[in-house]
Amino acid sequence: MVARRWLLWAFLLTVAAGWLGACAPGPTDEGTQESAQVAQTIENKGSDTLVNLAMAWAEEYMRLHPDVRISVTGGGSGTGIAAMINGTVDIANASRQMKPEEIAAAEANGIRPVEFVVALDAIAVVVHPSNPVDRLTLQQISDIYTGKITNWSQVGGEDRPIVLLSRESNSGTYMYFLEHVVRLGDKESDLLFSPDALLMPSSEGISAEVRQNPNAIGYDGLGYVTPDQKIIAVAREPSGPYVLPSVETVNDGSYPISRPLYMYTAGEPTGVVKEYIEWILTEGQALVPELGFVPIEGGGGSAD
Amino acid sequence: MRSKHWIEFAIESLIRVLGLSSIGFVLLIFLFLLKEGLPAFFEVAPENLFGVRWYPTFGLFGTLPLILGSLLVTATAIAIALPLGVATAVFVREVAPGWAREVLKPMIEVLAGIPSVVLGFFGMTVLAPLVRVTLNAPTGLTAFTGGLILAYMALPTIISVAEDALDAVPKSYRDAGLAMGATQWQTIWRVVVPAARSGILTAVMLGMGRAIGETMAVMMVTGNAARMPTTLDSLFRPVRTMTATIAAEMGEVARGSTHYHVLFGIGILLFVITFLLNLVAAGAIFKKRRRGGLR
Repeated sequence: MVARRWLLWAFLLTVAAGWLGACAPGPTDEGTQESAQVAQTIENKGSDTLVNLAMAWAEEYMRLHPDVRISVTGGGSGTGIAAMINGTVDIANASRQMKPEEIAAAEANGIRPVEFVVALDAIAVVVHPSNPVDRLTLQQISDIYTGKITNWSQVGGEDRPIVLLSRESNSGTYMYFLEHVVRLGDKESDLLFSPDALLMPSSEGISAEVRQNPNAIGYDGLGYVTPDQKIIAVAREPSGPYVLPSVETVNDGSYPISRPLYMYTAGEPTGVVKEYIEWILTEGQALVPELGFVPIEGGGGSAD
Repeated sequence: MRSKHWIEFAIESLIRVLGLSSIGFVLLIFLFLLKEGLPAFFEVAPENLFGVRWYPTFGLFGTLPLILGSLLVTATAIAIALPLGVATAVFVREVAPGWAREVLKPMIEVLAGIPSVVLGFFGMTVLAPLVRVTLNAPTGLTAFTGGLILAYMALPTIISVAEDALDAVPKSYRDAGLAMGATQWQTIWRVVVPAARSGILTAVMLGMGRAIGETMAVMMVTGNAARMPTTLDSLFRPVRTMTATIAAEMGEVARGSTHYHVLFGIGILLFVITFLLNLVAAGAIFKKRRRGGLR
């Protein structure tokens, strides 16, 4: 009995100690190296498309400015924007523009969101490497994704059913692809993805299926396309030219499917956040191609 | 001596507070779910909400394909896991020699500990290609693949609860069966299993609850196409489940929008379905107790 009581006490003490430890501000590790100045922190959250790039920027910037701490989390554009509206993060990453109801919610909170275009993302159309089809027009891709074309033989391939792979309906990639490819940029159009389209929750989901399924067609940000998938050359008109996505073809406008990626701040950024965003828009652009994205030309700027 | 009483009182109160708080948490979660989800039923017309087209970014909130998708995957999982699970339980409890039982029981518990994302990844990279090639389907990401993975996940629950139920059948039943000249197989199949049937029913209900609520693995292997599973080949075509819909869309949805409320509304539907399942399971246990004889 005595032993058991001791165990109980030991347990309670451990819990109490752990709780106290978690509550304490932990001055031991941070306070010593930055004794003169308290480290400034930037909270950065949002789009999963942008998360790798945002992390690369944060790591590089923290290396150059050891007094700044930047924490980057994913979770989705909506999550990041909601956190920015609630004031829990300084910068929201988004692969789409803010929706009207989000802007309304921000204004109800007394916040005027400011938009920055931080990089461009080419969207590649991919198929299985064994698929003989290597070029499609935008019209053909649209017909494939609306379910009008259902067999590869209709676009010059083998007699196989087409399996449509798409990103989830809330992702910025999905919305962009719907508006600019499925609807061919026509604002009046009410075309939708075929209900047979498989909505994959991640880029890896699309890669895995394209890699092993010769029937599949998918689309994804160029940075997420692995070498074991075949990238389709895309043309605006049937007469061509058919263009493969790359930094050059996106910047000279010959590759038709690319979109901007955004960062949002609550009001005009000030202080350390302002410096960080200015750095991203200038020197930070050098990191962009390394992650498979396309840098903005001429440093870009506020598109508010 | 006084201090000892005081300590005991303190610890008892602590445990009581912890116990009651778990009830409080469930209530709070349910209230939160209602607060966020109920507006959906007012904001969206019923014929839209229970329609067949799920295009949430365009105001089409037809949840019917999602509900049917969840039911199809769960039913497939139970159809596979029930015979396997009960047979395994019978083997472990009635047939296996002592040493085999000692090895098997912990192994089955280890099965329950495999993270669902690992199973999902296994399903996506190994099982899906296998299903596609074997069945010559356009894609391996189908309701059937989801059912297979879920069956695997529901098995440990079904086996251990069914085994407990078999364990609760008194030895005298078996002795009586064998004494009447029945073979071991006849005793198991005609006496022991029927005597434990309400416990086995509970096992199935719990397994079903596990299957219908599972998210990650299902999202990775079912393809998530919100099509109505009404054609004959639907089992071997992609489906979209309720859980996968919530998990996949919650991250990007604008907070406070209709779509956000509808996702929580699906959560309420799911909560009601699992609650009913648990209620039926609890009813089965209660009946078992009341019949007596079987502990």
